[in-house]
Amino acid sequence: MMRRFDKQLAELGNMLLEMSALAERSISLAARALIKRDAGLAEEVIRIEEEVNLKEREVEALCLKLLLQQQPVAKDLRLISSVLKIITDLERIGDQAADISGIVIAMDGGVSAGQSDYIPQMGAAVIKMVSESMDAFVKKDAKLARAVIEYDDVVDGLFDSVKNDLIELIRADKANGGQAIDLLMAAKYFERIGDHACNIAEWVAYSVTGKRKGKKGK
Amino acid sequence: MNKFILEGVNLWYGDFQALKGIDMEIPANKITAFIGPSGCGKSTLIKSLNRMNDLIEGCKVSGNILLDGESINGDTDVNALRKRVGMVFQKPNPFPMSVFDNIAYGPRTHGVKSKLALGEIVERSLRDAAIWDEVKDRLKKSALGLSGGQQQRLCIARALSVQPDVLLMDEPTSALDPISTAKIEELVITLKKHYTIVIVTHNMQQATRISNRTGFFLLGELVEFGKTNKLFSLPKDKRTEDYITGRFG
Repeated sequence: MMRRFDKQLAELGNMLLEMSALAERSISLAARALIKRDAGLAEEVIRIEEEVNLKEREVEALCLKLLLQQQPVAKDLRLISSVLKIITDLERIGDQAADISGIVIAMDGGVSAGQSDYIPQMGAAVIKMVSESMDAFVKKDAKLARAVIEYDDVVDGLFDSVKNDLIELIRADKANGGQAIDLLMAAKYFERIGDHACNIAEWVAYSVTGKRKGKKGK
Repeated sequence: MNKFILEGVNLWYGDFQALKGIDMEIPANKITAFIGPSGCGKSTLIKSLNRMNDLIEGCKVSGNILLDGESINGDTDVNALRKRVGMVFQKPNPFPMSVFDNIAYGPRTHGVKSKLALGEIVERSLRDAAIWDEVKDRLKKSALGLSGGQQQRLCIARALSVQPDVLLMDEPTSALDPISTAKIEELVITLKKHYTIVIVTHNMQQATRISNRTGFFLLGELVEFGKTNKLFSLPKDKRTEDYITGRFG
């Protein structure tokens, strides 16, 4: 028979996965909204952000309840404290997806001056990071978590490529400057989402191994 | 520096082997906690440290227990040993006599007769056990009138009265309410400056709060022994992990 505490931990895991699914969905929608200049999609992201915030409160409440009732030690303590940290990063990811959407809404309707093909790639890359850090959480796979952390270099590389593209866009016509700066900000938000995914992966690795290590062992 | 060194300690009660090849080093001026399920041998081991098991018929010990580098086995003067290694039990057990006489009992047994000297010892012991302010006006009254928590601190004061090196505590707070428990825990932490403390506890949180080292025992074996923080955050042995997280058995 499964102990009540084990059931509660399983429930906590499920709630975290629901929250991360919302966060991934909001990144994906924000990326599509930006590429298509679709204010409707952008509004959807802002609505999801509310849901992410609510989910954060729910997960946080369960973590605090378990700390109080079970006074966990060892792997249980590591799991619950990691979840408490992870939800902060997921919540920030929701905020940043909403910030990207805010840019899309502010751009509203203007003729697209151009794009950087690297922006959709950044979106895909950070979704992969969030999704794989959650896979690592479910499978208790520290190696996969470390791979997510290393993958952040790819996102940083893509950000530099976006920047170069946007410099070219301004060079072609100074009138593109405003849009280029908006796109650069959006790209920076994607890059920050990558950093949050790294944090999540670090906490997953800690939960599994008990060792706290940053990027490249720092 | 190590206070106790245990080398391959085995202990039998008749045919039943209660301790199996215990090797451990108990550091001086630190708090060492023993944890484990009932019947795992932790109380047996703590009692071996001042040879209280000698009193049990059919008890046989092999291996070596060194206190400050000297064996306490064989023809050791057991009274002298128990003066150096005091003990506090689960249930407070004051003698049915006054507060003063409870504390003075040990020193008197060891030959202290001067009233002045006894008075000083009683006050010092009660102060060290953080109970002086509560009993200084009732030294002549029966110790049995004190609350459970006060009685336990009185018993600690009684153990301190003969100036031991080591204090053994077998579940000293399991019969106490949370406030008395907190007082004893605070006290134990201050006492480690001058004493080496070994405590048996069923309260995992207590072990994490007060001890520097923890040993986990199972079926007479020392499964894991190490720094308390380490043992409770990242235990090495799966049996330790299963026990402390409540998944045992």
